[in-house]
Amino acid sequence: MKPAPLAYCDPTTVDEAVAVLADAGDEAKLLAGGQSLMPLLNLRIVRPSVLVDLNRIEQLSEIDARETGGIRIGATVRQRTLELDATMRERLPLLVEAVRLVAHVPIRTRGTVGGSVAHADPAAEIPAVTLVLGATMHVLGPTGPRTIPATEFYLGPFTTGVDPSDLLVAVEFPPQPPGAGWAFLEIARLHGAFALVGVAALIHAGADGTLEDARLALCGVGGTPVEIEGLDELVRGQRPSASLIEHVARRVRETIEPFTDTQAGAGYRREVAGVLTARALHLAASRAGLEVAA
Amino acid sequence: MTVTPVDARPVRMLVNGDEVEAQVESRRLLADFLREDLELCGTHLGCEHGVCGACTILLDGEPARSCLLLAVQCDGAEIQTVEGLGRDGVLAPLQEAFREHHALQCGFCTPGFLMTASYVLSTTPGVPEERELREALAGNLCRCTGYHNIVDAVQDAARRRQQTSPQKEG
Ligand SMILES: Cc1cc2nc3c(=O)[nH]c(=O)nc-3n(C[C@@H](O)[C@H](O)[C@H](O)COP(=O)(O)OP(=O)(O)OC[C@H]3O[C@@H](n4cnc5c(N)ncnc54)[C@H](O)[C@@H]3O)c2cc1C
Ligand code: FES
Ligand code: FES
Repeated sequence: MKPAPLAYCDPTTVDEAVAVLADAGDEAKLLAGGQSLMPLLNLRIVRPSVLVDLNRIEQLSEIDARETGGIRIGATVRQRTLELDATMRERLPLLVEAVRLVAHVPIRTRGTVGGSVAHADPAAEIPAVTLVLGATMHVLGPTGPRTIPATEFYLGPFTTGVDPSDLLVAVEFPPQPPGAGWAFLEIARLHGAFALVGVAALIHAGADGTLEDARLALCGVGGTPVEIEGLDELVRGQRPSASLIEHVARRVRETIEPFTDTQAGAGYRREVAGVLTARALHLAASRAGLEVAA
Repeated sequence: MTVTPVDARPVRMLVNGDEVEAQVESRRLLADFLREDLELCGTHLGCEHGVCGACTILLDGEPARSCLLLAVQCDGAEIQTVEGLGRDGVLAPLQEAFREHHALQCGFCTPGFLMTASYVLSTTPGVPEERELREALAGNLCRCTGYHNIVDAVQDAARRRQQTSPQKEG
């Protein structure tokens, strides 16, 4: 099918974009990469009367790599740009690994980081990474700019702290701790399809080889990406071992409340979440140069 | 400055090297603009929601779904479609390879595969590994060939390109 009639504009500044949103109210939709929104328009599941294209706002397409190691990624930075960027590969390898599992190249050439985060599909990879890395969302609304930590951002399926009158301006990632190990693993029906279950893992150890922190977030197992809390206490001061990893995997299986849909049953998702957690932690440990005791 | 949303707009773009100007409705998909307004029907529409890849074109040199782009968004852009691959009735080497390897049957998916594959060839030096190539083509669906011959054709085109003095075959 084809989109219903709509009015289009392509402002060149964020202030203009927010002003159009304020004028048009609930009738307007922001258009970033269009890889989620255009299918909804074509199928007429969504029928905005005004479309505000963000692709001509230069400020939104910038990657700002700070001296301090943190990186601020403009909302319309393409997923493909990010995956090919040398600085991103070096500083945020976990994000790059996840992005490569988002759809296919001809979709990532258009799809944006901000679009994925704002769309908040419960199965999407990038939102899970924002939780694990402790990202901050920069939002511009009718009353001015504000920030929302990733942990408070995802409110439900396709629902976030970005209101219809708001624009997500950038996603800011703090530096990944030095010597950290990371992994993003998922199971999907086909390469490039949405994950049935995905796991983002980040661990880091001190100079003595004992763990200081472990963070995990999963996608595809709830209405939002799910962070597993309290792992830092569980692992701190311990050396990575198969039994510790099994312990964490059990915690994951017990914490999540997966759903059943046409793709997979809740029980299967729970099982796979445990298996992927263990694999991701093994991989993260080896990338951190840590040996996992049997 | 305020911007006013409009129902239709003039656009200018370069399509297969030709300058094109037209007034388009805002809701017009790039795919429909190409097929119906420019009568370039080589770009096929299968699913119209991004899944099948039949409508893949090159937008400023990168592959993209023309069913997920509005024509108005492409003002000032450079578009390449399957019609731009060969010229004056002569097939491009990649198209020749598809024909020789029986990489198409009904041909519905072929324009999309050709555009994705031409991007792969332009960005990969040498001959892409099978695994790598299958991943690169995974966003294009084919209901007929079973993919083997498509992979063979693209690898063969890459191999021929490598030869220093390519002899034209067929
Ligand atoms: C075949 C196919 C397979 C896919 N597979 C995956 C997958 O495996 N994993 C995955 O995560 N995604 C997948 N996607 C979706 C992914 O490609 C999209 O890029 C992403 O979900 C949305 O990003 P976008 O830039 O395309 O946003 P759009 O489609 O332009 O926008 C999506 C929504 O976010 C809003 N929005 C966008 N930008 C902003 C902003 N800056 N501020 C406020 N609101 C904003 C829009 O208004 C809209 O509601 C797939 C898509 C297709 C077509
Ligand atoms: S028609 Fe565009 S991807 Fe299927
Ligand atoms: S040749 Fe028929 S769909 Fe590919």
